[in-house]
Amino acid sequence: MLISLFITCYNDTLFPETGKAVVAVLERLGHTVEFREAQTCCGQMHYNTGYQQEAFPLMRHFLEVFRGAEVICIPSASCVAMIREHFPVMAADSTDPKLIHEVNDLLPRVFEFTELLVDKLGVTDVGAFFPHPVTFHTSCHSLRSLHVGDKPMQLLKNIRGLKLTELPDSDQCCGFGGTFAIKNAPVSSAMLSDKIGSILKTNAQVCAAGDNSCLMHIDGGLTRQKAPVKCMHIAEILAATEPVSNPGSDQ
Amino acid sequence: MTVRVGNAAQAPDFPEAAKKQLANAQMRRNVRHATDVIRAKRNRVAAEMPDWEALRESARQIKAHTLRHLDTYLEQFEKACTAAGGRVHWAKDADEANAIIAAIINSHGEKEVIKIKTMTSDEIRLNPALEAEGITPFETDLADLIVQLGNDQPSHIVVPALHRNKTEIRKLFLEKMKLETLGDQPEDLTEAARRYLREKFLRVKIGIGGANFAIAETGSVCIVESEGNGRMCLTLPQVFISLVGIEKIIPEFSDLEVFLQLLPRSATGERMNPYNSIWTGISPNDGPKEFHVVLLDNGRSEILADEKTRQTLQCIRCAACLNVCPVYRQTGGHAYGSIYSGPIGAIVTPQLQSMQHSQSLPYASSLCGACYEACPVKINIPEVLIELRGKVVAAGDAPASEKIAMKTASFALSSSRRLATAQKFVRIAQWPLVHDGTISKLPGFLGAWSETRNMRSAPAESFRQWWKRRRKEQHS
Amino acid sequence: MTTSRTEILEKIRRSLGVAPEQREQNGLTEDRITEDRIAKDYGTIAREYQHSGKLDPQSRLELFSERLRDYGTSVHRCSNQQLSSTIAQVLAARHIHRILIPPGISGPWLAASDIEFVPANNGLTYAEMDKMEGVLTACTAAIALTGTIFLRHSATEGTRALTLIPDYHLCVVFENQVLETVPEAIRYMEPFSTLPLTTISGPSATSDIEMTRIKGVHGPRTLDVVLIQD
Repeated sequence: MLISLFITCYNDTLFPETGKAVVAVLERLGHTVEFREAQTCCGQMHYNTGYQQEAFPLMRHFLEVFRGAEVICIPSASCVAMIREHFPVMAADSTDPKLIHEVNDLLPRVFEFTELLVDKLGVTDVGAFFPHPVTFHTSCHSLRSLHVGDKPMQLLKNIRGLKLTELPDSDQCCGFGGTFAIKNAPVSSAMLSDKIGSILKTNAQVCAAGDNSCLMHIDGGLTRQKAPVKCMHIAEILAATEPVSNPGSDQ
Repeated sequence: MTVRVGNAAQAPDFPEAAKKQLANAQMRRNVRHATDVIRAKRNRVAAEMPDWEALRESARQIKAHTLRHLDTYLEQFEKACTAAGGRVHWAKDADEANAIIAAIINSHGEKEVIKIKTMTSDEIRLNPALEAEGITPFETDLADLIVQLGNDQPSHIVVPALHRNKTEIRKLFLEKMKLETLGDQPEDLTEAARRYLREKFLRVKIGIGGANFAIAETGSVCIVESEGNGRMCLTLPQVFISLVGIEKIIPEFSDLEVFLQLLPRSATGERMNPYNSIWTGISPNDGPKEFHVVLLDNGRSEILADEKTRQTLQCIRCAACLNVCPVYRQTGGHAYGSIYSGPIGAIVTPQLQSMQHSQSLPYASSLCGACYEACPVKINIPEVLIELRGKVVAAGDAPASEKIAMKTASFALSSSRRLATAQKFVRIAQWPLVHDGTISKLPGFLGAWSETRNMRSAPAESFRQWWKRRRKEQHS
Repeated sequence: MTTSRTEILEKIRRSLGVAPEQREQNGLTEDRITEDRIAKDYGTIAREYQHSGKLDPQSRLELFSERLRDYGTSVHRCSNQQLSSTIAQVLAARHIHRILIPPGISGPWLAASDIEFVPANNGLTYAEMDKMEGVLTACTAAIALTGTIFLRHSATEGTRALTLIPDYHLCVVFENQVLETVPEAIRYMEPFSTLPLTTISGPSATSDIEMTRIKGVHGPRTLDVVLIQD
């Protein structure tokens, strides 16, 4: 299958490893990945902060870039939620029938990364190897907008060597919330502090998620506390494989 | 016209107020405990209803339908209530409602009233208005009594004193009820309130309450409560006055079959609250001889105008959204500066005030969506929050630094070429800030982030650069 | 006051996009059109929730008893013949010797000889009620799923004050009055919808102090139910 990757603006800039991991997993499963280089951003930050006008051209640009793409893979639940929930609202507001049609036509082709694997491709074992204790943070968008359910867990459980520990109070927001983290920094930090408390209770070495935005926030708190937990996008864990045995390499 | 929502217009912005509340460790422990308990109970009794989602959808549709035809339903209610011996008054705003109520009390020459918990009366600041007329209002809901005796503000829509623990309440009761001894268990405190109020129930001749539902078909009013103070106030006095927001109307008596299932389970996590009272006008030989309904607008009719945010008026004040909100959980209700706190407060308070005050409230949310999930009438609170943020921005009330940042970002994101240039700029600009791949102090308004959190630095190569390089390598 | 009424209604109509001129032009017929249009719209409301119960009669009564006990209400099941002796036993266990009764209660209910039944006549003041130990009444309907009793304050149920002021309430429920769901009960009560109605689900309660549920605030602190077999 030809899969078009929407890397998202912040993954592109700050988390290129996630994109590389998505490419690695999908190619390992025998699919072809394309990257349409004209892509930029879904407009989520603008839209959610109240700059709907500024988000509008970003939506138009997105529609243009991904016209004709059969399957669009997005390693970010919040960007998928933006597209699914707010593109139709913006299109309806424009009262432009062509735009409304284009958005309707786009939605069934958009998949969050774990949705793509489990629902579209029917895969729950991607042949990964990751011998570490891991806990999984369910982002609010994946939980309440996408309803991804246990899809990430199904994928993680099939990873050889991985020990999955459930995160207590996993339905609680980490406090990121885009510009909320800055506009209401003290409240956001208090929420983060609770989340970090839950993560540390699991004794996991890695906190995974389907959203690097939450992870950037959680990682920001963990590294500030010098806590021994690493944050990783689920794609990066799914991309990890057994080291090719090469007895000489250790010397 | 003076629309008023408690003291919200004078309240400090949410970030400032929240910062102060975050420093109150005792209050935060109390709020956390209380919301944990209600949330667990609510989840249990909602989960045992196989048709919960169907009930929510019906409730949403009934409320949305009523709002679409509100003028007609209000007239229908007025007609039916009047036919049953009730007197219906219309109040444009807080001052008018306060004046109507004071006039009714004065016409009987009374100086005291007993009150059922009504948030709407806090909205219009009825108590101070009555006190100014020389009338003493006695709050009879236990939590409202605690708030009133402590000269405090409600911090929750359903349990307004949840920020207070039993030790604080004991101290307050000892002092204000002039008691010599008092145990420190909730049972002891409740018993003290019972004795303190019983005498007032039997003596005071005028009762005031709100309405959980006002039924257009029959002109009836329904009050949902637990303690029996509601029944006392609406049964024993000679005169009863219901202050009813115009959005409280439901079309038919039978619609209660939906709301009386959703409200108790959502509000207090009970299958049914101890008491519901439904009455229609005046009944011979049972209850008050005079019944007044004050229909209050106070900004509501204006909220109706926006089809996207109109759903705010579907609210049945169950406070389920407060109990699940991670922001409320940290700050408690006072940070919102309004008697309506939590997610619903964040959307209703600024809208009642035509977006002229409380503009920081729509931003008091991480948009996590827990409120929408819990709402028994399916108000899409995150969607409304975003709409209201749009209104704040459109009115030019957003901070200048934010406007510049957003405009710059939208320029940078308008094409991939500009984005690539911006990425290069970020890598260069961050250079003096980065230590070991991380930034511990960000400049300008971004500094709020780095007070408690590090920031990952942008790596040397963006994804798009890697992709280009990889393709070149594959082709060579 | 008329001006505020007009102003509010006009403002609502403006907000909803209902043009006032149009209403005036069409005069009376407009009301009919509006009524029909609204009734039609009301009819489109989805009501996919459970409208009636699924339990067999015995399970329904067991559920009712269980839900009442959840509220701390004791439930005593007996036959019609055992009613007066059951009432006597329940009251004895509560150490109640004098109890108020609404004017409509008579005959076999009051057969217990060691109890003084005091009829609540019209002249009884609230202060006098406050001095009484309790009240014995019938009810109109009950809901199993929520452990709720519906009163319409008929002659056998007494006025609203009667089941409110005394600290103890003993309510007699007949098995055929027990419906399973809230919608069934609301539909059953519809013919009485303009009477004063009270629903009672256990004794009065509060959770206002540290979310600890305390039974008994202002309403009766104890509620007992006698459930009578058909």
